[in-house]
Parts: sequence; structure tokens; C-alpha cells
Amino acid sequence: MATPREQEPPANGRRGFIKRLLAGVIGAVLGLVPALAGLTVLLDPLRRKTAVDDAVQVTTLDALPDDGVPRKFPVLATRVDAWNTFSQVPIGAVYLRRLNDGKLQAFNVVCPHAGCFVDYLAAQGNFLCPCHNSAFSVDGHIADRSSPSPRGLDTLEVEVRNDREIWVKFRNFQAGRAEKVPVA
Amino acid sequence: MKRLLDWLDQRTGCRKLTREALYENVPGGARWRYVWGSTLVFCLMVQFITGIFLWMAYSPSSQTAWESVYFIQDEMTGGWLLRGLHHYTAHIMTVLLVLHLMQVIIDGAYKAPREVNFWFGLALLGLVLAMSLTGYLLPWDQKGYWATKVATNLVAVVPIIGPALQKIIIGGPEYGHHTLTRFFALHAGVLPATVTALVVGHIALFRKHGLTAKEPKRRPDAAFWPDQVLKDAVACLAVLAAVLFLILRHRLSGADGPLGADLGAPADPSETYSAARPDWYFLFLFQFLKYFPGKTEVWGAIIIPGLVFAVVALMPFIGRWKLGHRFNVGFLFSLVAGAGLLTFAAVREDRQNETYLAAVKAAEREAARVRVLAKAPAGIPAEGAVTLLRHDPLTQGPKIFAASCASCHRYDGHDGTGNVPADPQSAPDLKDFASREWLTGLFDPQRIATTNYFGATKFKSGKMVRFVQEKVAKYAAERRVELEKAIIALSAEAQLKSQLAADQRDAVLIEEGRRLLSEELSCTDCHQFHHRDEDATAPDLTGYGSRKWLINFISNPAHPDFYGDRNDRMPRFGDDGVLTEQQIGLVVDWLRGTWYDGTRAASR
Repeated sequence: MATPREQEPPANGRRGFIKRLLAGVIGAVLGLVPALAGLTVLLDPLRRKTAVDDAVQVTTLDALPDDGVPRKFPVLATRVDAWNTFSQVPIGAVYLRRLNDGKLQAFNVVCPHAGCFVDYLAAQGNFLCPCHNSAFSVDGHIADRSSPSPRGLDTLEVEVRNDREIWVKFRNFQAGRAEKVPVA
Repeated sequence: MKRLLDWLDQRTGCRKLTREALYENVPGGARWRYVWGSTLVFCLMVQFITGIFLWMAYSPSSQTAWESVYFIQDEMTGGWLLRGLHHYTAHIMTVLLVLHLMQVIIDGAYKAPREVNFWFGLALLGLVLAMSLTGYLLPWDQKGYWATKVATNLVAVVPIIGPALQKIIIGGPEYGHHTLTRFFALHAGVLPATVTALVVGHIALFRKHGLTAKEPKRRPDAAFWPDQVLKDAVACLAVLAAVLFLILRHRLSGADGPLGADLGAPADPSETYSAARPDWYFLFLFQFLKYFPGKTEVWGAIIIPGLVFAVVALMPFIGRWKLGHRFNVGFLFSLVAGAGLLTFAAVREDRQNETYLAAVKAAEREAARVRVLAKAPAGIPAEGAVTLLRHDPLTQGPKIFAASCASCHRYDGHDGTGNVPADPQSAPDLKDFASREWLTGLFDPQRIATTNYFGATKFKSGKMVRFVQEKVAKYAAERRVELEKAIIALSAEAQLKSQLAADQRDAVLIEEGRRLLSEELSCTDCHQFHHRDEDATAPDLTGYGSRKWLINFISNPAHPDFYGDRNDRMPRFGDDGVLTEQQIGLVVDWLRGTWYDGTRAASR
């Protein structure tokens, strides 16, 4: 091991200080260049936005029961996954139901609590999330005061085109918040 | 702060560790010749940092490896810099390894009691080269794919266990997903872990025995910090500067070239790749193998390199003899010189090899082309980017033309790929076929009987040539104007992408030209044109030169709609199954200039 007694004492004073400083600065640069290059790439996802499709056709009026019971439909649209672009693939699902006045209601099937898919339980006439038991009434509101979900099911814009086609403007929303904020 | 450090020190002993690290004794004071080891540690650190970040975006499978590397390189912010750092640091590292080895041998640092540490170093040399080899394959581009194939095929020449060993390494009988998963696990897991362990051992042993001082000592001993540290840091900075230079070199000289590391076209087992070469630091081995005729390959690939390595490993013992050290230094220099000469020979041979140079050009073209296609709105299909080139008329058209058409036809005087075929031209030159310009030549009495049109076919003495040479040649000025309109109309049948604007502009002329074709110019005496005519004896002009017309023509030129019984030598490419429907479509789209050009979608 080192035997300091034989060593020339480390240079002190201004010359020694400059050497130390220089060694430190260069050392920092040497480490920072690869680390910053890596961090830039790591943070690349921050500038990527989800592809927002316009409304897509989900089904037709004929597929929807008259009695207001919700039914689940897949939503097909373009999905960009890094280098791949898939067209007409499932990007989510919606519950659709008829209202008394003949209008339609659409919910994103994702539970606003933590993102699981909710089930519609026909026997109870309400939605239940299988993960943490959030319960929602058939109109999407929180059904149970002890529900962990911070808000009701997320409604989506829905319209009928050409007398029978049902078109939905599909969006996902951030889970776990009381307000409905779209995922960008 | 001090209390916190005290607390930490009592529990970890970090002060002592730092002191030991920084105040290592440097006999004779700091010197530049001691920096090599530190630059290698620095390179290793860069590789670990950049490698882990690359890992976060890399996907090892034969449908995603190239694609993910492309995405890192071209789409992710700073990806080119990250990949460039990793790539060129690996290159510089091989140079530094050799320099480090040379310094150790020249200074006699391998001698007792440092034999074991010398072997640690040799093992590290091998492992780092193995990392280069495995890393070369990971982008799954043509270059890495074919070069690595050569390397793994050499494994099969190992006596007895070779074939089994090869299967284990590549994860099956053929290259595929498991070749990548295995190479990646080696490259990012097994090898770096082993390297780390050995580097720890290497440095520990180095510390145990101390630095081998270069005699005579010029100054009194000094501590590692700060003088030697500063020298090491400056050397590492030079390494980093060299790496950054290599990344940016094309931009610095204003030349056209990739920013950062190269990425070839995606690996395609069905496409020959004559430009396959290992990376430059393995070129000497590649060249060496050329001197071993069949069946003696095992000597060039395994036995001789093995013996050389054994001699190097035994240097600590050889060095004990009186002239041993001199032998070692001499052996080392002949090795380095030999490798240099072999590398030089390999490079010179390639520079004079037309086939290789053409292959490199073609490879560069395809590499650039696939990136244009990958950036198209449709993106990269799930089957992988390799299908982009397979379905691309601009890439495949010339190859199909060269293989199947160019024994008679020409494309601008060559075979589509730029080579002039051995067979003399005996059928029309099809560049810009059916364009206004091409048709103007066809109706030129001076040109119709040249080899670029019917001159070398049996139609040289046919009705069409006679018609042009006898009648058209005597057309009065007024008639000529009519002929020009007819040419514009006939050319419009092809709906060529290059003439879309002109065809739209000349809609009125085209309408008139169509009428002239059927009436004044009497083309319909022999040809059909938009009306069924059972008596027609010459090719149908309805949709002349259009995609459908050309596909039908190439499929069967002897069909009654075309030449019928009078067909010259042209094969029935489609009907006889010489080319597939897809191949005919590709060559037609290429001839018609219909392909994605990066600015707008191709009109299909």
C-alpha cells in the first residue's frame, strides 16, 4: 500500500488548487456527457402525445337493448405504439345505454379509481369494479359512499349518425383524481 | 455536513477508502504513460451508462430489434448521440486495449509477481472483444447480421463440439428471435457482469502490487491525487473528444452521412449482402482467413489465433529468460504490425473490388430508402421493417428487371441497377415507357428502328415501323401537330405519376388527340382503342402503359389483346409462372415511377 512518508507532499497553494479544480471539473464533464445523453432519451416520452382520434363508429342502434341496460362495445381506432402504427385495433371499450328520452349515454369502461375495467352486474342493476369494489349506479354516478373511486364513471360524447350508426368520441382520463382530466 | 460525514464514516469507513483510492503511491510521480488503464475504466463507465439507457428502448426480436434501434436513432430526442457514444466508445476502447497491453508488455509490468493480473487483463481483452462481437449483431441490420453469421459459422469448425456449440450460441439451427435474446443477454448481462468482476480483481491486484514504475524515476514519488488524476482526466477527455468527433464527423465536414452510428437496412435472410464485413478491428482476422483454403479453415480461425494467444498468456514465464523480455516485446510488435498489415491488405483489396464497392453503395441506398419508408404515415408494419423494402417498387423493381428483363431490354441503357448486361440489347429501352417523350421517339422515323425501340426485334420490319418510316416521315406540318396531340392522348392513357399535372392541364388536347387516334391518324385500323374490335391485329391501346395494361402485357404478351401469335421472344411471365403477380406489380410500379417518395403517398 501507499507509504506516504516517501511521497512528495501534495502541492498546495494556487497551483495545487487549480490542479484539483481542473481534475474535478473534467471528471464532472466526463460523467455528465453520457449521463445527460441517456437522460435526454429517457425523458423522450414526455414530448409524446397520445394519438387523439375523432369520433369513431362503435356499433349501430340495433345492437342496443331498448330497456336502458348498458352493453359493452370495443372501440377500434388507430394506435401508435412507438415505431408501429396499427389501424383499426381495439384501443378501449365503452358501455352504451339508451336513456328514457331516446338519447344515448356512453361511459368509458375504465374505473376512475385505479384503471381496472368495471363490470355491469345485471342482477344488481349497477356497475362494480372488480379491483377495489367501487360501485356505480347504472347512470354512472358513485353508488356507494364507501366507493374508493373519487368520481363517477367517465361519460363520453356520443351521437347517432345516418339514423342508426353510433359514434363515440373516445378518450381516456387520468385515474385517481376527483376531476375528469383527459390523458394527453 | 461534517457530522453527517462522520456518521457515515463510522458506519462505512468511507474516508479510509477514499484516502486509499486517492493517495495511492505513484513511484516517480505522475506520468502520461500511466493513463491507459484509467481511460479503459472511463470507457467501461461510458458503456455501462449509455448501455443501460439504450437498454430502456431496445427490443430484442427479429421483428423489433432493427425497428427499436431505428426509433432510438431517428425518432427519440438525443437518441443519435446516445447510440453514437456507445458505438464509438466501443471502437476507441479496442484501440485503448491494445495500447494498454503494449504499455504493460513494454514496461515489463507482466513480470512476477504480477502474472495473475496480466492474465486478468488478457481475459478482459477477450471479454471486451466478445462484447463488441455480440453488440454488432443487436441492431439486426444487414451488416451486423451477415458479419455475425460468418463469426458464428466459424464456431462450427471447432472440432467435435462445433456444430452443437453453434446451435447453443445462436439459439437454434437458424438465426432468429433467440439469437437476439441470447446475444443481448450476453452483451448486457453475462459479459458486463464478468467484466465488472474481473475489473475489480484487476484493480485490486494492481493496487496490491503497486504501479510498475518506468525507470529511471524522474521525480520523487507522489500521490495519485491530484497530479495523476488530472493526467488521467485529461486523457479521458481526449477519448471523449475523439468519440464526439467520430459521432459528428460527417456534419463537421459538411458531408452527407449519418449523425452518430451507422444503421444499415434491416436484416433480410433472403437478400444477399456482398458488403458484409466485420467491424474494422476484426478485419485482420477476416483477411487472415482468406489464406486458408477449404478444410484448413480451422487453422486460421482457431488453432493459430489460439496459439498466438497462448504465447501472449505465457509471456510472464518467457520473460524470466535472459532474452525473454526482448522476445516478448518483439513478438508483440510483430503481432501488432501483422494485424496492421492484414487490415491494410483487407482494406486495399476491398477498395479495388468493384463488386464490393457496388454492394456498399447499394447497401447505403437501401439503408436510406428504408428510413424514408419507415417515416411514411403508415409507419412500420408489425411484421417488421424488412417488409417495407420487400414491397417497395423502387427497391425491388430494378432487381427484378435486372434478373428477368435485362437480358433483352434496357433501362436507360443499363439493367436497372446500373450494370450493363453481357447480352446485347435486343428489345426496347423501357425508361419512361409510355411517357410523351418515349412515344415521341417511337413515332420518330429515325429512331423507331433503333435498338432502343424495335430495331433488334422481329417487329423491325413490321407494319408499325413501316407506317412510321413511310407515312409519318412524310407528314405535313399540320399532320405533325395532330400526331403530337395523339401522342399526348395516348400517353395520358398510362396515367403516369410524373405526368399527372401535364395531363390535367392538357385535358382539352387529350380529348382531341383521342379522336384523332381513332379517325384521321387511322391507328385503329390495326389497334383497338376503347372499342372492342375483333379484327384488331396490334396491341390494344386502351389504357396503354397503365398499371393494369402493363401487368396484363407482361403476364402474357401473346394474348390476343397484345401481340397474339406474332409475339416475338417475350416470355409469358405471369401465365407461365416465371414471375409472381406481386413481382410483376413491383416491376410495373417501378417502370411507371409509382412509389412512395417521402413527400406524398404514391398513387396506386
